[in-house]
Amino acid sequence: MTSTLTPTRKRSALTKGQLPKAAPYIVLVVALILGAAILALIGFNAFGWGVVSALLFTVGLVSWSGAVEGSRKAKDKLVTCLVVGAFLVALLPLISVIWTVLVNGIPGIVTPGFLGNSMNGVTGAFDNKSVEEGTPVLGGIYHALLGTIQITLLATVISVPVGLLTAIYLVEYGNDGRLARAITFFVDVMTGIPSIVAGLFAAAFFFAVVGPGTKTGAVAAVALSVLMIPVVVRSSEEMLKIVPNELREAAYALGVRKWRTILKVVIPTAISGIASGVTLAIARVIGETAPILVTAGFATNINNNVFGGWMASLPTFIYTQILNPTSPSNPDPSTQRAWGAALVLIILVMILNLGARLIAKLFAPKISR
Amino acid sequence: MTATSLTSSQGAGRAGDKIFSGAALAAGCLILAVLFGVALFLVVQAIPAFVAPAEDIQGGEGFFSYIWPIVIGTLIAAVIALVIATPVAIGVALFISHFAPRQLASGLGYVVDLLAAIPSVVYGAWGAAVLAKEITPVYNWLADNMGWLPIFAGPASATGKTILTAGIVLAVMVLPIITSLTREIFLQTPKLHEEAALALGATRWEMIKMTVLPFARPGIISAVMLGLGRALGETMAVALVLSSGALTASLIQSGNQTIAAEIALNFPEASGLKVSTLIAAGLVLFVITLAVNMVARWIIGRHKEFSGAN
Repeated sequence: MTSTLTPTRKRSALTKGQLPKAAPYIVLVVALILGAAILALIGFNAFGWGVVSALLFTVGLVSWSGAVEGSRKAKDKLVTCLVVGAFLVALLPLISVIWTVLVNGIPGIVTPGFLGNSMNGVTGAFDNKSVEEGTPVLGGIYHALLGTIQITLLATVISVPVGLLTAIYLVEYGNDGRLARAITFFVDVMTGIPSIVAGLFAAAFFFAVVGPGTKTGAVAAVALSVLMIPVVVRSSEEMLKIVPNELREAAYALGVRKWRTILKVVIPTAISGIASGVTLAIARVIGETAPILVTAGFATNINNNVFGGWMASLPTFIYTQILNPTSPSNPDPSTQRAWGAALVLIILVMILNLGARLIAKLFAPKISR
Repeated sequence: MTATSLTSSQGAGRAGDKIFSGAALAAGCLILAVLFGVALFLVVQAIPAFVAPAEDIQGGEGFFSYIWPIVIGTLIAAVIALVIATPVAIGVALFISHFAPRQLASGLGYVVDLLAAIPSVVYGAWGAAVLAKEITPVYNWLADNMGWLPIFAGPASATGKTILTAGIVLAVMVLPIITSLTREIFLQTPKLHEEAALALGATRWEMIKMTVLPFARPGIISAVMLGLGRALGETMAVALVLSSGALTASLIQSGNQTIAAEIALNFPEASGLKVSTLIAAGLVLFVITLAVNMVARWIIGRHKEFSGAN
């Protein structure tokens, strides 16, 4: 009888309570404090603090939500926590790798002569001396840098015409016929060739054609081309496909030949995308180690001839300096050189990646849509 | 008549057309020839290893008993990588496509692409210098508390250079591949499906479970297969991280070896029959990854009209 006199707001059976807006922040603060307390008991470290706090946060938020909002909302919160957690976990190695390379690489790079000297004549005795007497670490990466640039350039010179022409065939001439579909399929398959197999192929090819034990920069360039061509084909194909058909039809209507249409209309329209795709392809192969390892050998001296003699490259330089230090008893100078080379390599790759984005942005065709 | 000048110029144009289309066709065929050549030259150079008397092959028991432990080792490393990378990659892809604020999403995608841009040898060096050291206490704990499981049988490696560490490094390397492919597919879920689910009162997770995941399933499978192809063939991470040895069940002891690392470590100094043996090992790796990739591409192709994976 009382309810008729004092009207209370009846809650609908379909609605449930809601957490306050600040709930995640409250739980976060509590979790951080609790985590710090727990870690203080068993010995504090920042990484453990983060992990424990994240676990406490998840458990706290989900159980609070379960109590107030019901199981469906709680499950939603749990998944949100897991997904954000996955992203944070994925960031950990990235930060750790970049931090490690920076911390270890900068001492190597600032050593005088690191970028301008080769390893020619640098023996374990010098490394031992630098460890024992504190003299600067001798030797540098000039030969490896030069080798990387030569090998990558030659690979680019081989891959770009082949890749671009193939893309033109697929888009302009293929008509989605049987051959075009076969090429598309096998280009996709080629994308998945392990890099070491590409290296073995180039090695086996030159062993059979030139003679056993042929190891030069050119062999490595062929190996890198096998890896690079499919990337160039895929990206150029995508770019040629988005050139509007109206441009082609306008050219045909003016009586322009197909090949001139392609050269003068289609490719200039797509050139920014193609260039950025090629740059990304270069960035992908410049860091490849395995194919160069089996095709170009190791060199400690400067080699300006791609077609003759063993040739060093940055990735193989890093690899050999770590696995076979110049002075086995004192590996520290070698490690320092390896990290320095790794920093240079990462900087190169990042410049290429950024360059690809810049090219795509700056030279994009001005199509108003 | 008057048209002669026109026709002659047309003739020149026609020649240009022929040359150009011929060049394009030749380039396309060259790619097929290269892939065929990869198989052919590997087979030709590998034949001596197959026909050689068993005692001449490394290990002295023939090519088959040389290759199978490292095939198993390759599979172990790749499976570890996928078991770790797949859930994380799907989580990251979901985060970028459905959880992160719109303005952040493309920037976060670029961060994940950065992971893919770092050269494999740097990952290898990082795995050997940092990860192996940091993870040793975990291995000791596993050996003490879970040692009854054969895969965690102790004593744990003191250097941390085990197949599990190599697998973790591989996981970091395949993560961006799986992430970028699945993210593309998640983004292509029909907006109307998602909105219908939300309009019926579904929470975000229920919406994802009911619309995004069923739509993306074939895409996820093929992305994982492509990641598997990469993990099988990755060389440097394993060559630098793993201190290799005979095939062992325990993941936290040194031991095991993968095909790619075996080739990279031995090829530079190899000669004679050893070269053939290693090339034969490369052929085996090529066949395995080819099969994995073809299955992945076939799944993508079958669902081409739904997914934008390629």
